[in-house]
Amino acid sequence: MGLKQNLHNFREKNKDKKWLPAFSAIHTFLFLPNETTHNGTHIKAADDLKRTMNTVIMAMVPCLIFGMFNAGYQHYLAFGEIQQATGGFLSSEFWTLDNFLVGFWKVIPLVIVSYVVGLAIEILFAIKNNHEVEEGYLVTGMLVPLIVPIDTPLWMLAVAVAFGVVIGKEVFGGTGMNILNPALTIRAFLFFAYPTWMSGDKVWVHGAVEQDQLIAAGQNVDAISGETILGSLAQGKSVAYDVMDMFYGLIPGSVGETSTLLILLGALFLIFTKIGSWRIMLSSVIGALVMGLIFNGVVSSGWITESSKFYGLMSTEFWHHLLIGGFAFGTVFMATDPVTASQTTKGKWIYGFLVGFISIMIRVFNPAYPEGVMLAILLMNVFAPTIDHYVVQGNVKKRMKRLKAKVA
Amino acid sequence: MSKDIKIKKGLDIKLIGEAEKATENAIISNFYSIRPEDFHSIIPKLIAKEGTRVKAGETLFYNKDEEAMKFVSPVSGEVTEVQRGPRRRIDAIKITADKEQTYVDHGKFDLASDAEKTKAHLLASGCWAFIKQRPYDVVAKADSTPKAIFISGYASAPLAADLDYTLTGKEAELQAAVTALSKLTKGSVHISVGKNSNSPLANLQNVVVHKVSGPHPSGNVGTLINKVDPINKGETVWTVNAQDLVIIGELLLTGKFNAERIVALAGSSVKKPRYFRTKIGSEIATMVYDNGVERDSNDRIISGNVLTGKQVMPDGNLDYYSNIITVIPEGDDYELFGWNKPVFNKISTSRALTFSWLNPKKKYDLNTNTNGEHRAFVVTGSYEEVFPLDIYPMQILKACMYQDLDEMEALGMYEVAPEDFALTEFVCVSKQPHQKIIREGLDLMLKEIG
Repeated sequence: MGLKQNLHNFREKNKDKKWLPAFSAIHTFLFLPNETTHNGTHIKAADDLKRTMNTVIMAMVPCLIFGMFNAGYQHYLAFGEIQQATGGFLSSEFWTLDNFLVGFWKVIPLVIVSYVVGLAIEILFAIKNNHEVEEGYLVTGMLVPLIVPIDTPLWMLAVAVAFGVVIGKEVFGGTGMNILNPALTIRAFLFFAYPTWMSGDKVWVHGAVEQDQLIAAGQNVDAISGETILGSLAQGKSVAYDVMDMFYGLIPGSVGETSTLLILLGALFLIFTKIGSWRIMLSSVIGALVMGLIFNGVVSSGWITESSKFYGLMSTEFWHHLLIGGFAFGTVFMATDPVTASQTTKGKWIYGFLVGFISIMIRVFNPAYPEGVMLAILLMNVFAPTIDHYVVQGNVKKRMKRLKAKVA
Repeated sequence: MSKDIKIKKGLDIKLIGEAEKATENAIISNFYSIRPEDFHSIIPKLIAKEGTRVKAGETLFYNKDEEAMKFVSPVSGEVTEVQRGPRRRIDAIKITADKEQTYVDHGKFDLASDAEKTKAHLLASGCWAFIKQRPYDVVAKADSTPKAIFISGYASAPLAADLDYTLTGKEAELQAAVTALSKLTKGSVHISVGKNSNSPLANLQNVVVHKVSGPHPSGNVGTLINKVDPINKGETVWTVNAQDLVIIGELLLTGKFNAERIVALAGSSVKKPRYFRTKIGSEIATMVYDNGVERDSNDRIISGNVLTGKQVMPDGNLDYYSNIITVIPEGDDYELFGWNKPVFNKISTSRALTFSWLNPKKKYDLNTNTNGEHRAFVVTGSYEEVFPLDIYPMQILKACMYQDLDEMEALGMYEVAPEDFALTEFVCVSKQPHQKIIREGLDLMLKEIG
């Protein structure tokens, strides 16, 4: 009671202060506001934007925790300190405190930098534009550490977050108004601004880059390859992981994207809670499978030879595409962002299908950076309003037709 | 032509405090108020100045743009106060009622009269106020000819007064009213009744009866129009509330404007929810305190239902179109971690740690808390689940907000009224004021296009 009353009094006392949104942002995390309806509906449903965003975060937490273990596991594995886990998802070699601690100390700073930089900018803009702090960044801030490589330098992340939030979101008017998914804008900025860091085979395993620097300095240590599966395939190398490893996620990759199993659980949770659009997820999977089948068909009809630089990825079995790279994570957590996806039901089907379809296409045809899902979603973000426009025009045309039938 | 209408999209909001089917006479109100704001967009020209003595059914003011359109006093008495707002706008006309009521006698009306005569009679007697039109959801223009007239005889809104119950025994009045109305349209008078109901409206002559079923807003007249004969550009339809047919009918049959109405008193704050016989404009205090709510309790009194009604104070009055007074607790308190903890005692259409889906039959005690703050539109797809009209709700709301008249028209603005957006407003995660946005959009169109 004391705290509730004190915070209330404080808020009332400082009602006209410019910085009040900053206080409110924290206040509303503790207490659901005492705001009541005026005219209009006198009662409101229980959900607000915070609850919606929080549900998405809950769906991502398993991926985050798994990502911490995996970071340590990949690190020790690459340095030859542990053996490959053989027991599948529940391997005792995987779920060790050592693994977790390595990941924890690498991932938590990423999370903190992402939230501190992002929220600071959000609050600044809220004060400047005199509105409340909107919750959009809660999800973005959690997505960002999950879609970057583990060894991303923190200053790079900070620069990218600042860029992504300002250019990707605030210039459009903030949450709800942006064209591009802010988390992917941040990821794309990292990729295009620091390409030597963000691609190649080193950055995916903690310590690999340092090891390289030691070699360059003339020390006698072994180089480490932390290549992702997509990277290997793009170069036509064979893959050292079996399908179950891919599904469970015991593979190198961005922090949270590797475990298709946990992403699937997150997807089911989002669909059950009706927060994520199952239409987008399903149609995107269909789109990816269709594109994969087309490529498999090209290979099996002998139109390209093994010497082709596309052969490695094209000949990958079509359904393996769902398990490797960031496809699953992107489809479930980023393509479904309601602001930047299509907003109409029909539009969602079209949008999702094209996200999946183009993801695999970019993956295969762009071996320099074989992760298509980021670019595919950003591309479709740009086209989503166009898709919606034509869907809505269908409704408008129906109305015009009805009018004409009357007049005639 | 009769057509059964079954809708799937929608939401039944089940609340505690449904009115028990027993009618009492309300304490007779000493004061009655008529608020011109009930008649949206009408500019009143006052006739009955302060101190004037009026009979029940005598003109208080008329429509400035349409002199024949009269608005009359519900009771006989003395106009004791004309409350004015900014720019001398008339806020309310307060009448102190006589102990003995006297009525203006308009004479028994010949129901075989033609359209012109019928129209003139309704305009002069004050019954025109009960006829609303779409587009724009305003009192019907007298010079318009509607392509059809729609009446909903099925109340699906939360805690709504049961029309089957309140209209019982009024068959003669109802029949007289629809017979007269049917003269005024080239098309039909369409009436909806509940699928399994025993409505006195179901057996009327000269009408097309539709049986409706499904969740709210199945009983909204907007849903009926959309499913039967949607409005096109340039067309007009009229709507009348079923309970007001009784007043129109009685006027036609007896010549008396009898503003009596059966009103439900409902809501979780009411000790004994039940029905009252009272009159339009009577003071709220005459109904809510007897076996109702405590004086000075922290409750919200609403003239109308919880989705579309107006907030009123105890010294306020029953508005012109409502047949229910709802009282629910105010929700002006903070709730610790209310944004993320599991919720069992509130309604939600999602399942984001909200558990109203577990028990769809449960009745809830909701208060007026907004359960969150106003935000930009973010979530998509949730409005469509509760919106049965063939219109894109979010797109039309946004068109209203950026005031693009062409787009509003193309997306179906002529077909809608604010009440059609009550459910989308209820479920809105961003807590946007949908009905207000639509009302302002309609007002803009009315001003620019007319």
